[in-house]
Amino acid sequence: MHYLCTPDTFGLYMSQKVLLNAKEVNIILHRLACQLIEKHNDFSNTVLIGLQPRGVFLADRLAKILREDYKVKNIQLGHLDITFYRDDFRRGDKTLAANKTEINFIVEDKNIIFIDDVLYTGRSIRAALTAIQSFGRPNEIELLTLIDRRFSRHLPIQPDYRGRQVDVINNEKVKVNWKEHDDEDSVYLIEK
Amino acid sequence: MSELSVNHLLGIKYLNKQDIELIFKTADHFKEVINRPIKKVPSLRDITIANLFFENSTRTKLSFELAEKRLSADVINFSSAQSSVKKGETLIDTVNNILSMKVDMVVMRHPNPGAGVFLSKHVKASIINAGDGAHEHPTQALLDSYSIREKLGEVKGKKVVIVGDILHSRVALSNIYALQLQGAEVMVCGPKTLLPKYIDKLGVKVETNLRKALNWCDVANMLRVQNERMEINYFPSTREYTQQFGVNKALLDSLDKEITIMHPGPINRGVEITSDVADSKQAIILDQVQNGVAIRMAVIYLLASKIKQ
Repeated sequence: MHYLCTPDTFGLYMSQKVLLNAKEVNIILHRLACQLIEKHNDFSNTVLIGLQPRGVFLADRLAKILREDYKVKNIQLGHLDITFYRDDFRRGDKTLAANKTEINFIVEDKNIIFIDDVLYTGRSIRAALTAIQSFGRPNEIELLTLIDRRFSRHLPIQPDYRGRQVDVINNEKVKVNWKEHDDEDSVYLIEK
Repeated sequence: MSELSVNHLLGIKYLNKQDIELIFKTADHFKEVINRPIKKVPSLRDITIANLFFENSTRTKLSFELAEKRLSADVINFSSAQSSVKKGETLIDTVNNILSMKVDMVVMRHPNPGAGVFLSKHVKASIINAGDGAHEHPTQALLDSYSIREKLGEVKGKKVVIVGDILHSRVALSNIYALQLQGAEVMVCGPKTLLPKYIDKLGVKVETNLRKALNWCDVANMLRVQNERMEINYFPSTREYTQQFGVNKALLDSLDKEITIMHPGPINRGVEITSDVADSKQAIILDQVQNGVAIRMAVIYLLASKIKQ
């Protein structure tokens, strides 16, 4: 592991540590894809739903791997925005800005896999569980996250598929970068 | 930009371009929400909204109430016909009494211009103007622009003519402000008696020939003649008004291009617009109504998020 010291926007020095590099991210994504296939077979009754804003990159990438590397044909992929279901409306200074929801299939009786980059307090997942009910009654819902921040949960929510479990204290932040959006695949631990 | 620059929606005059863009972007998300099997989100479950209608309304009142309920707000309704206003209570007293029941937001329609501004200075609540006399009707103008954006891609550079009773219309004034803010060209068209004297000072074109106006425009927004606000005769007869300023199929078909027809409602069929035009594909009147709910959800959501807990 290597440590870097970079100035942040406030001129304060914060240190960041590489948790996963591009190669490690790639290996983990392939493992997660295989675990999904093991459970869901040909995906005929399973749909992937990436959670906005950052979970959609992981969902898109997993769908691509499943389609191209493992030749799974029936991948249905959606994006779910949870802004209007969050429990912190009016609690912060800023207006919560929404993102796009795109679910162009029926979720009734489907097996849903929620996909997000980092599982922290579990509150986003709680909101997502409420949000998805607006689209119908799924058969079951599972959760896949790339990073599981252990010991920081506010709610009894655990992932069914996890990329890497990390122990992170509260003033540290886990940042997942994606090639499509941030120029590289990597996971950093940022200490403020 | 993820926050409105204002704490109340009193008129388009008080908004900037970024505010309108933010409202439209938020409305896009709500439009998706109201087309789901379950059309409701829990965002405003701790907000109470009072709808105060001191003047008659069908569409606006229903649209606001639906928008509030789709956001899970608690709603109380008030119309002056069955209230203590008739017993002599003042506006501030009426509203303060309602606010003492812990109301966070007030949606108000009032026959007096400036009623919303007045209220915002005297009571502690977020105020949304749902029409104040002949002054402004901001949510109508927002949904009109939003519908143009949806139909034609963008508002900027489009030519919009507002036809009819401009003098008594709050929809016209709010639309002029909103369209100009977004870079559209605006023309007003109607009998001279129904055009305000200094309307050209707002930077709009003025035309009294309907055919010329329609040939110029991309969108025609047809307004109703507001007989209830007229104490004198502004034109000889309804029949003559219709002949000069009514839109019919034959007139539209004789134009060089296909224009979009809008109407804020209520329609007086056969007066400013014939039935075959109102029900044609060129008319986006019912799209306007659907967009009205999404726009009002966006406005209420964005204003409510500024109310401190």
